[in-house]
Amino acid sequence: MGKALTAFEKIWNKHVVKEEEGKPALLYIDQHLVHEVTSPQAFEGLRLNGRKVRRPDLTFATMDHNVPTINRENMKDEISIKQMEALKKNCADFGVKLADMYHPDQGIVHVIGPQLGLTQPGKTIVCGDSHTSTHGAFGAFAFGIGTSEVEHVLATQTIWQDKPKTLNVKVIGDLGTGVTAKDLILAIIAKFGVRFGTGYVMEYTGEAIRKLTMEERMTICNMSIEAGARAGLISPDETTVEFLRGREMVPKGEAFDALAEEWLALATDEDAEYDHTVTIHADEIEPQVSWGTNPGMCVPVSAATPVIKDAEYPEEVERALKYMDLNENQPITSIEVDHVFIGSCTNSRLSDLKKASKIVEGKKVKEGIKAIVVPGSFLVKQQAEEIGLDKIFIDAGFEWRNSGCSMCLGMNDDIVPAGGRCASTSNRNFEGRQGNGARTHLVSPEMAAAAAIEGHFVDVRQFVGVPS
Amino acid sequence: MEPFKEHKGIAVPLNRGNVDTDQIIPKQFLKRIERTGFGEFLFFHWRFDDDGNLRDEFVLNQPKYENATILLAGDNFGCGSSREHAPWALEDYGFKVIIAPDFADIFYNNSLKNGILVIKMNEEQVQQWMKKAEQGLTLDVDLEKQEITDTDGTVVSFDIPPYHKEKLLNGWDDIALTLLEEDAIQAFEEKRA
Repeated sequence: MGKALTAFEKIWNKHVVKEEEGKPALLYIDQHLVHEVTSPQAFEGLRLNGRKVRRPDLTFATMDHNVPTINRENMKDEISIKQMEALKKNCADFGVKLADMYHPDQGIVHVIGPQLGLTQPGKTIVCGDSHTSTHGAFGAFAFGIGTSEVEHVLATQTIWQDKPKTLNVKVIGDLGTGVTAKDLILAIIAKFGVRFGTGYVMEYTGEAIRKLTMEERMTICNMSIEAGARAGLISPDETTVEFLRGREMVPKGEAFDALAEEWLALATDEDAEYDHTVTIHADEIEPQVSWGTNPGMCVPVSAATPVIKDAEYPEEVERALKYMDLNENQPITSIEVDHVFIGSCTNSRLSDLKKASKIVEGKKVKEGIKAIVVPGSFLVKQQAEEIGLDKIFIDAGFEWRNSGCSMCLGMNDDIVPAGGRCASTSNRNFEGRQGNGARTHLVSPEMAAAAAIEGHFVDVRQFVGVPS
Repeated sequence: MEPFKEHKGIAVPLNRGNVDTDQIIPKQFLKRIERTGFGEFLFFHWRFDDDGNLRDEFVLNQPKYENATILLAGDNFGCGSSREHAPWALEDYGFKVIIAPDFADIFYNNSLKNGILVIKMNEEQVQQWMKKAEQGLTLDVDLEKQEITDTDGTVVSFDIPPYHKEKLLNGWDDIALTLLEEDAIQAFEEKRA
């Protein structure tokens, strides 16, 4: 028997091309995901140096950040059009498979990777996007990279990496009714801060994590970057295997069963040691609402905004409250919103939309609120429509859009105006993130849906319509 | 990439923690397909008001820091989005060195790839320099010796991983270096096939 290892260590060991004491290791990359915003300069770099894409077969591109969610056929923004055309040309020139904005596989890159089965346990996965941590939900080592590194991976299919340390985030107990994976990850970041993961791969362990569906696990791993982590990870198990069975890009039949065996063997060994461990009690967690300008500035819905003088960093709290136009010690349920966004790589999958639809079914969005639902992919949209979710949302007064990153970062026209306030299922509440001067409150899809109906934040557990 | 050996310049204090890359370069400027020209958009909404006028109170807009090339920053600088447009904007604006207690790790890597020397320095020292910088502070950063000399002649040493140091000193192109490992990469692929 060798040394007990964490899942991350097992994956790392299988991908080292070259390693020397005191230097970063050269790591092989199994899957490179590409989108229109962080890739044009990388392809241009290849061209200038006469280099090619080493493994186009391990590279997959889509358009998501910049794509309109309505009137896609009549794009007006010349610079955006140029960016899309650049990706199209780059993919054609270098032989990379592209799901462009009219393709049935199009969607947010972190939604379509798992959906197609490109995301698999044991893989090393990179993308020029920080939320690549999402794919760690499958027991992959997945992390965001910059454009220079995108170019490096395109040219060499490898990346130089300092080996991250391991952090065990142990979740004890069960989540209560109406408390979601989103609330859990927000509570973790609120408790431990926006930089506690820096230099680590965060592995989420414990009973509560094992009970989560793959879509819930993706929500958790997605926001690992908001704690500063290099990557998030959950050991593969039967839930992982069953999610991937039958997906387009995974083998079929006996080959799948053999692969599944390998995947399950990647799970962290029982006696494996982590560099650091933190624990959190799931049963103590309430639905969360962020009040400030980073994802750690988050409290339970029953609480109030902080009192400035009692805060650890009073200046930061004061500046955030000022930007958010909130008072100190203001009850969260008194905060009124004028925008509701259900979407993003954190919460735009079919189960997210189903849960939100349960809250709004038969009700009406409060007058004066602009509420939009942006499914994570073409396929999610189609599947939602097959079971009538579009109708439920539209009847309630939501707009039903096409897939993309949309109002999470407002690169397209889906922007919250200055002074606007949004209940958002996305991942970042930074100043100006959803639009210059816009104010963002991060919540679960259920909480966003309830805020759309009531016009202010409410504890979704007391909201009429919650299934018992 | 230009080799980085030594740099002497004016330091500007940006005394905020958790400055994210959305602030460094807002999303509306990420649509360009070039690598250059991002400097004018650096800290766009902190530098300019909604009518496009300079905000006098923002530190970069103060005349004494006009020619600053060294940024003194707070903890977790560059957190959030992986956009390399952030270091492109900092570099294009004129920054050569960023000193902070800690950096977000994607930003740290992205900066080094663009020849910006990012230095992790203990919080106390950074705060001391921030105070001094209000009165005017020039720092002389010597990468070879791993030393920073301030206006009074005080010398402070700093750490940097040897691998990054070597690359900066020589201005090496990462990809060209990796392509020297072609045999190892190919062997790895064959072994797995």
